[in-house]
Amino acid sequence: MLWLHRFGSLPYFYRISRSIALALAVPGVLLAAYGVYGGLVEAPVDYQQGDAFRILYIHVPSAWLSLFGYTSMAVAGFVALVWRLKLAEIFLVAAAPVGASFTFLALVTGSIWGKPMWGTWWVWDARLTSELILLFLYLGVIALHNAIESPRTAARACSLLALVGVINVPIIHYSVEWWNTLHQGPTVTRFGRPAMEMDMLVPLLCAALGFTLIFGWLTLWGMRAQLLWRERRSRWVKRLFSDG
Amino acid sequence: MDDFWAMGGYAAYVWSSYGIAAVVLLGNVFGPLIAHRRIARRIKNEEFDD
Repeated sequence: MLWLHRFGSLPYFYRISRSIALALAVPGVLLAAYGVYGGLVEAPVDYQQGDAFRILYIHVPSAWLSLFGYTSMAVAGFVALVWRLKLAEIFLVAAAPVGASFTFLALVTGSIWGKPMWGTWWVWDARLTSELILLFLYLGVIALHNAIESPRTAARACSLLALVGVINVPIIHYSVEWWNTLHQGPTVTRFGRPAMEMDMLVPLLCAALGFTLIFGWLTLWGMRAQLLWRERRSRWVKRLFSDG
Repeated sequence: MDDFWAMGGYAAYVWSSYGIAAVVLLGNVFGPLIAHRRIARRIKNEEFDD
């Protein structure tokens, strides 16, 4: 458990987070680039949707990260509330704008994809509506954090909102099975025979993994900025930036 | 090559999706970097030494 204590130490985290961010960024960008290249160039044309299906390689990783990001924030919120770990508070706050961006991307690319396939930009069905609520939850966490002066109080309020809001995550995931919806059912996570050909599926998995690493990279840099701001009056931060 | 950019008639939909994704991702790369630099500069200027 000693390493955990060390990792929880803010100066230590600040020192090593830069290298960790780089270690996530390089494979993340490479994987995502390969995934997008495979999706745009190598994957065969879909027999039903033509080339429009290539939006999938942005849409699915974004949607996956919108759920993954919020779930990780809820876990961090739990840790922050129970153990008062500052690093968990900082993660929660830093991950919110990144998660909100991917949720926004999932909604926008879905909308752009829906126009030629369904004939409409938007329908108020279960999947789309619950994903829109997820975006509002993210924005709620960001607004709550900005509204409260004391960083610890703000982080506690955000933790509670993240925990309460996480109920929406399984609702989004199962919405296509529980309710009638225009949105197509799961193609990747269903059991048995995969619903996609391998040369379509492999780039998608690479893109999803690459985007996940990029999510970690971006969140780490957000954490570094947040950490510096919160500890700006502490001695170790001042020593970090004093000359000599 | 023209075939590639035409995306079987779906060019506007496919490329606008990828374009928006690129803009949002770049914003997420530079946002925290700029914030971090700004805070570091303020600390260096001893703005928080009370």
